[in-house]
Amino acid sequence: MTELNVIETKNLSFTYGIGTPFEKHAVKDVNLEIKQGEFLGIIGHTGSGKSTFIQMLNGLIKPTSGTILLNGNDIWAEPKKIRNVRFKVGMVFQYPEYQLFEETVIKDICFGPMNQGLSEEEALKRAKEAAFFVGLPDNLLEKSPFELSGGEKRRAAIAGVIAMDPDVLILDEPTAGLDPMGRDLLLTQIYNYHKERKNTVLLVSHSMEDIGRVADRVLVMNKGEKAMLENTRDVFSKGYELRDMGLKIPQVTHIMQKLKLMGLDVDEGTLRVEDALRQLIPLLKK
Amino acid sequence: MSFIEVRDLKYTYNLGENDAHEALKGLSMNIEEGEFVALLGHNGCGKSTLAKIFNGMYTPLSGSVKVDGLDTSIEKNQIEVRRKVGLVQQNPDNQLVAGIVEEDVAFGPENLGIPPLEIRERVDEALKAVNMYEYREHAPFKLSGGQKQRVAIAGVIAMRTKCIVLDEPTAMLDPRGREEVMETIKKLNREHGITIILITHYMDEAVQSGRVIVMDDGKVLTEGAPREVFSNVELLKRHKLDVPQATELAYKLKNAGIDLKGVPMNTLECIDLIEQYINS
Amino acid sequence: MISDITLGQYFPGKSVIHRFDPRLKLILTVFFIVLVFCAGNFVNMALVYATVICGMVMSKVPMKIYFKSLKPIFFIVAFTGILNLFYGTGEPLWQWGFITITLNGILNSIIIALRIIALILISSILTFTTSPTQLTDAIERILKPLTYIKVPVHEFAMMMTIALRFVPTLLEETDKIMSAQKARGADMESGGFTQRVKALIPVLIPLFVSAFRRAYDLATAMESRCYNGGNGRTKMKILKIQRNDIIMITFCVVFLAGFIAIAFFVPPIIR
Repeated sequence: MTELNVIETKNLSFTYGIGTPFEKHAVKDVNLEIKQGEFLGIIGHTGSGKSTFIQMLNGLIKPTSGTILLNGNDIWAEPKKIRNVRFKVGMVFQYPEYQLFEETVIKDICFGPMNQGLSEEEALKRAKEAAFFVGLPDNLLEKSPFELSGGEKRRAAIAGVIAMDPDVLILDEPTAGLDPMGRDLLLTQIYNYHKERKNTVLLVSHSMEDIGRVADRVLVMNKGEKAMLENTRDVFSKGYELRDMGLKIPQVTHIMQKLKLMGLDVDEGTLRVEDALRQLIPLLKK
Repeated sequence: MSFIEVRDLKYTYNLGENDAHEALKGLSMNIEEGEFVALLGHNGCGKSTLAKIFNGMYTPLSGSVKVDGLDTSIEKNQIEVRRKVGLVQQNPDNQLVAGIVEEDVAFGPENLGIPPLEIRERVDEALKAVNMYEYREHAPFKLSGGQKQRVAIAGVIAMRTKCIVLDEPTAMLDPRGREEVMETIKKLNREHGITIILITHYMDEAVQSGRVIVMDDGKVLTEGAPREVFSNVELLKRHKLDVPQATELAYKLKNAGIDLKGVPMNTLECIDLIEQYINS
Repeated sequence: MISDITLGQYFPGKSVIHRFDPRLKLILTVFFIVLVFCAGNFVNMALVYATVICGMVMSKVPMKIYFKSLKPIFFIVAFTGILNLFYGTGEPLWQWGFITITLNGILNSIIIALRIIALILISSILTFTTSPTQLTDAIERILKPLTYIKVPVHEFAMMMTIALRFVPTLLEETDKIMSAQKARGADMESGGFTQRVKALIPVLIPLFVSAFRRAYDLATAMESRCYNGGNGRTKMKILKIQRNDIIMITFCVVFLAGFIAIAFFVPPIIR
């Protein structure tokens, strides 16, 4: 089977305040291909252009130059149909719980599918599936979204996007502000969703540990440009380059890189504690 | 006498109603002047309730809380308690009152009725202490999250509080902002002797404190120096709390029979331990 | 974008105008606005403009920003100007059907346009050089006598301070919520009036909920910083009439005398 590119960007740029003295390149000449079904991590510090970049992918921000191909079609070919692009490229913003508004959780999750023009029945079916993916129990669905706990609200909001059954799901810092337990759980649910639906998922995160756990490839953004786009382990094995961009690598990766320098035969792209243990125990046991 | 003394503290939200929720279930702790304490525990364990109890925003249902000898449940003590214990909350956008940085920092001292010239002095001092002096005439709206939190901290120390309670001050910040805030509170603790109570989810922040108190289900689960607490990896994992990867790695290596000497709190310590082990 | 609006924004600085007592600035703003409406001939108008331009230069705020503040009201100026064009009296210069244009009409519309522009410029000088807190502070102090008849002046001023502080935050939040709902396929750009109002619900409800959450946090923050109403409160920035302020007041008295003298000798164009 040939690998399909679900998203392709060509010389994608976005400039604020063109023609004024405040002109600023938020995104500059980004060329990349995102494969159908991959889990892509996106990292870069605040102001690196990553949020402008992802908002261009679903047509919320119109690029000032360059093109975005979704399944091979230019998304801005017919500007009037941009809404359809948003159904195909679902976007979960930071702190999505602040977008809940309906009387009940289930109605809120149905908002997207209903906008797509689905029948009420179909929308409900989709909403229930989505609620299942994010682990919202049925007894919560008839409650007001404002009665839920912080973590549950977050899940309800994410379900609202998943229910649109997008080809690509973009999540901007979905675990921000959650406690370690909530972070773990949500990340696992997103990962399971990805495995089951075989959808493309783009995850923006400051947590290198999270990215290391789930991403196949990582896009590193720096000063509006694509700094790297490689397999996760290859990206994190370039610890020094990342540090120059103000980014950190997972602690385990850092340790393994230092041990490698000390002459130990270990993999400097190790991302998880378990993988590190598997290599270290035989090496250190005398 | 400790600076803050908490005895058998109980607190229930919406007492007597259907949705009553018991947040604190008999909790005792002492906090000494000049200490840097990290309070850990997952959401709903009662940490944020405790934060508001320390400065008398909430008063205990039963048990007692004394700040510098003052009982917080007595109403006439409340202003005095808040002068001693300041609060910094999670959302950097919601706690700044004025539209100009220095005027916001002046808000607390103004409430205390301090003479204008002294307020000016305190505001400048406070802004310098958090490294925000050059932004004194900016609008908070244009600052980064980390900068806003530092202004909020300045607003508290301009009241010459002895203690700052920070309720997840870094939860909404990016890594750079988190680092700025951590540096600031460590400096205030070290150089100005201000007592710090840091409520956090981040273990890498907790390891920088002098003492860690772990809460679970409205009670104290365990406490001690970070090294002691984090060496109890099993307990923390059982209660769904994180340990730093470096600590977890060393702990699991030990379990596998590799005799590392000590418990590392960060990557460098972990590398040192492994190096020592190889050389021995 | 929202950030393009300059009207009502503050530009920190150290100019003479920045350092004037905000109470004086507020009163003078009202004073000049009244004068603008009294200026019925070009000599008086020129006098007002000379002072306004002086003020703009002395404020050291870039001229470009003043022009930017005029941009959004350009239509109002043009509209009222053109409207007044047809309401002149006297000899018609040009006539087409029931539309008559007279010399008086042209002069009229020029004066009106000049008035609106002067109005914006004067209030811009005030808001550009006075921080919102200073402004509310000045209002609080000017209105202070009203506390004797039980008007809650301090509370009113505090409300204004907080409102001004949170306007940009809530505008930004509105932007974010709109993007989030658009990402869920909300259609805010098309449809009739009722449809558009309906489309606002997914934006307004989260906005209200979040405003309440913010208000709760803010109340906690204010209370933990010992806020207890206006009683016993002091202010960091004391307002004291200084030498510059006295010079300014003297200038205004002279200005007023000159203005009245000119108005007396030069006939008005406008009734």
